Amino acid sequence: MKIKTTLMASTAALLVLSGAAYAASPMAGETLAADQTFTYQDIDESPSIDPGMVEDVSGSAVARNLFEGLMNQDADGNLIPGVATGYDISDDKMTYTFHLRDNAVWSNGDPVTAGDFVYAWRRAADPATASPYAWFVTDITGIVGAGAVGSGDAAPETLGVEAPDDHTLVVHLERPVPYFVQTVTHATMFPVHQATVEAHGAEWTRPENIVGNGAYVLTEHVPQERMVMERNANYWNDAETVINKVVRLIINDETQAFTRWQAGELDLVGVPSGQYLALKEQYPAEIYSNPRLCTYYYNFNVRPDGPAWAQDVRVRQALNLGFDRSVITEGILQAGQIPAYTFTPPTTAGFTVPVVEAAAMSQEERTAKAKALLEEAGYGSDNPISLEILYNTSEGHKSIAIAISQMWKENLGIEATINNMEWGTFLEARGAGQFEISRAGWCGDYNEASTFLDLYNSRSGYNDAGYNSAEVDALLAEAKTAEDPQPLYTQVETIAAADAPIIPIYFYTSVGARSASLKGWPDNNVENNWYARDLYKVE
Amino acid sequence: MFSYIVRRLAVAIPTILILVTISFVLMWSAPGSPFMGEKLPPPEVMAALEAKYGLDQPYWKQYLDYLSNVIFHFDFGPSFKFKDRTVNDIIAQGFPVTLTYGFWSFIVAVVCGVGLGVTAAIRHNTWLDYLSVSFAIGSQSIPNYVMAPILVLVFTLWLGWLPGGGWEGGTWDHIIMPVIALSTSYFASIARITRSSMLEVLNSGFIRTAKAKGLPMSRVIFKHALKPALLPVLSYLGPAFVGMVTGSVIIDQYFSTGGIGQFFVNSAFNRDYSTMMGITILVGTLTIIFNLLVDVLYAWIDPKIRY
Repeated sequence: MKIKTTLMASTAALLVLSGAAYAASPMAGETLAADQTFTYQDIDESPSIDPGMVEDVSGSAVARNLFEGLMNQDADGNLIPGVATGYDISDDKMTYTFHLRDNAVWSNGDPVTAGDFVYAWRRAADPATASPYAWFVTDITGIVGAGAVGSGDAAPETLGVEAPDDHTLVVHLERPVPYFVQTVTHATMFPVHQATVEAHGAEWTRPENIVGNGAYVLTEHVPQERMVMERNANYWNDAETVINKVVRLIINDETQAFTRWQAGELDLVGVPSGQYLALKEQYPAEIYSNPRLCTYYYNFNVRPDGPAWAQDVRVRQALNLGFDRSVITEGILQAGQIPAYTFTPPTTAGFTVPVVEAAAMSQEERTAKAKALLEEAGYGSDNPISLEILYNTSEGHKSIAIAISQMWKENLGIEATINNMEWGTFLEARGAGQFEISRAGWCGDYNEASTFLDLYNSRSGYNDAGYNSAEVDALLAEAKTAEDPQPLYTQVETIAAADAPIIPIYFYTSVGARSASLKGWPDNNVENNWYARDLYKVE
Repeated sequence: MFSYIVRRLAVAIPTILILVTISFVLMWSAPGSPFMGEKLPPPEVMAALEAKYGLDQPYWKQYLDYLSNVIFHFDFGPSFKFKDRTVNDIIAQGFPVTLTYGFWSFIVAVVCGVGLGVTAAIRHNTWLDYLSVSFAIGSQSIPNYVMAPILVLVFTLWLGWLPGGGWEGGTWDHIIMPVIALSTSYFASIARITRSSMLEVLNSGFIRTAKAKGLPMSRVIFKHALKPALLPVLSYLGPAFVGMVTGSVIIDQYFSTGGIGQFFVNSAFNRDYSTMMGITILVGTLTIIFNLLVDVLYAWIDPKIRY
């Protein structure tokens, strides 16, 4: 079922999303299985499944099944109606008016109102809530007053969102935010049931207390073991839901999880690292590798107090060029990862990857250029560079660091040592700039290039490289209000590719194994946002 | 005897206090923060979080508050990581799981270990002895992180008899594999200790006397030899029991039981200070109690020991 999007030219651009919402839609000739239980594995327990508090990918997936935002995504990542049937955008693109459906109800029977969203968004932004994702509302959405609410300088009630009536939600933005509607599909922007939150405090998300508006309700939760979600008969589109029960098992050991999948205990598991190719041969139909909106990269420490060699763009370029990325993607990872020469993944909506010299060259050419650059910078066998790569303890990161340091040594004569730290210690060292080169990974929080490029901003808290370019800062500021920010994004990426404050290494893929009976998995959704209500199982 | 127990308990309390203090200091000197992730929360949120968990207080105050909550209210505080759980909740959920499979593992290890050890000793230098010894050495040299995957491979994947993990409230089919995997190495140690100590006892004078006066062999073994032979086993059982009931990280991780061992390790990685402290205190206290229990049992079994 495809959704028609009609754009009516009038004084205000009116977006009407018509037709039924996307839902589980078995094809002709498919026979539904008698048992519609979907069992999947997560590697670790989530700190929280409260939309306002959720901070990890797997917790967000749970929240998407237990709650529903204004808009949802279909299998390709396109926006489709959720609690809202559609929305209007004002001429100046700074006011969004969402129209809420009148048949959306909470699992306890209360109607879902615009006020529930107002409450949830204020709560997420309020520093008193101490949400690890408060920044999503305060820094990303661009809602009027969000920054001041987030810093505690203004009351949460001053947030620029209002509910003139139960079925109308008006959002005022400080500036036109081209990706604003995308943000309402994020778990942080889901509504919460005020009375339940207030009655139970932090314990409101336990099965005995929780009230949600999603297609499923939480019926059992044993931390570090299992979570069971069952169909919510009150969900407005329950008639089109097929999966009756969703079971989430926490299995820390990926090999063990895979064995249990082989034994038929699970419908969906991750693939043990390094085994993709071998297993793909054994299970060609079941094992998949989908692109993800995530980039694996190394930071140079380009702060003034960082290593002297890192100040020289020629050295940074040489290191960027002086190793073969395909050795990492094809030799080590072997799961369809894509070598990266820019930071923003090519699958990002609307983004045009700039033509970057490094990407077009062969590895011989890259290595030759790298050698020339190093020589030009005055480094060579008489004046060798020795450096350290810092990564968080993990076999995978270690293999990559070893491979890169080997290639640097062979190709450029650089002495690279590798050092690992346990996660918590690593984050502190990296955040404080106590490194020469550090490993990093970044996943987009919404499907638009700025979710990546904002890291190049000198004021970004996640700019671990310490990159500081007035030109990039200015372009990013301009992009925030531009009619079409995409050319600016491409320009930022071009500048960054030349300045090389980071070494993009590869774009992640999401690799897993699913049982042949499971259908409807959104393979083309680069954010990997899946909704159990869109899945179904066949005989 | 009574005064001995009182004395030991009096020593136990400062021991636990020292344990708490050392853990507290170690924890705070470890770099990192429970609220750090790939995306560091902004300073306002960080401040709110620290205030919420009392981390904005000076260390000595945090320490005293923590102690008073634990001692007077038996409250280990909220988990720093799991927003809707307290440490008491986590222990209440995870400990019974570990206790259940730990208890069964203990029973299996003791029954099989003593049985095998005694058999081997009685049939000293026969094929039965050699078989038992090789079996014991074999099982001891397979660590449980090797044992667990083998069990899953055989019983879950090949035979399809048992679920490969999970707990589901502790039904018998979820207990079997954790028990086998956990008890194997303990059982092997017990068998070896029992065998050598039984051999020693069987060669001693009073056994020869018992045999000489024509007592049936079964009576010689069970009435006279077993009790002294089990003394060395007993000293092994105290720590072994604590080890089993407080959980093996490997078993919890491998079989996804939701037991306490899993929380323990993850809490260290997550800097979940309160969970880490709570479980440390629990394990420490149990260790002290069981060691005391073993010493008391010792005195009861061995007439040579009097306190």
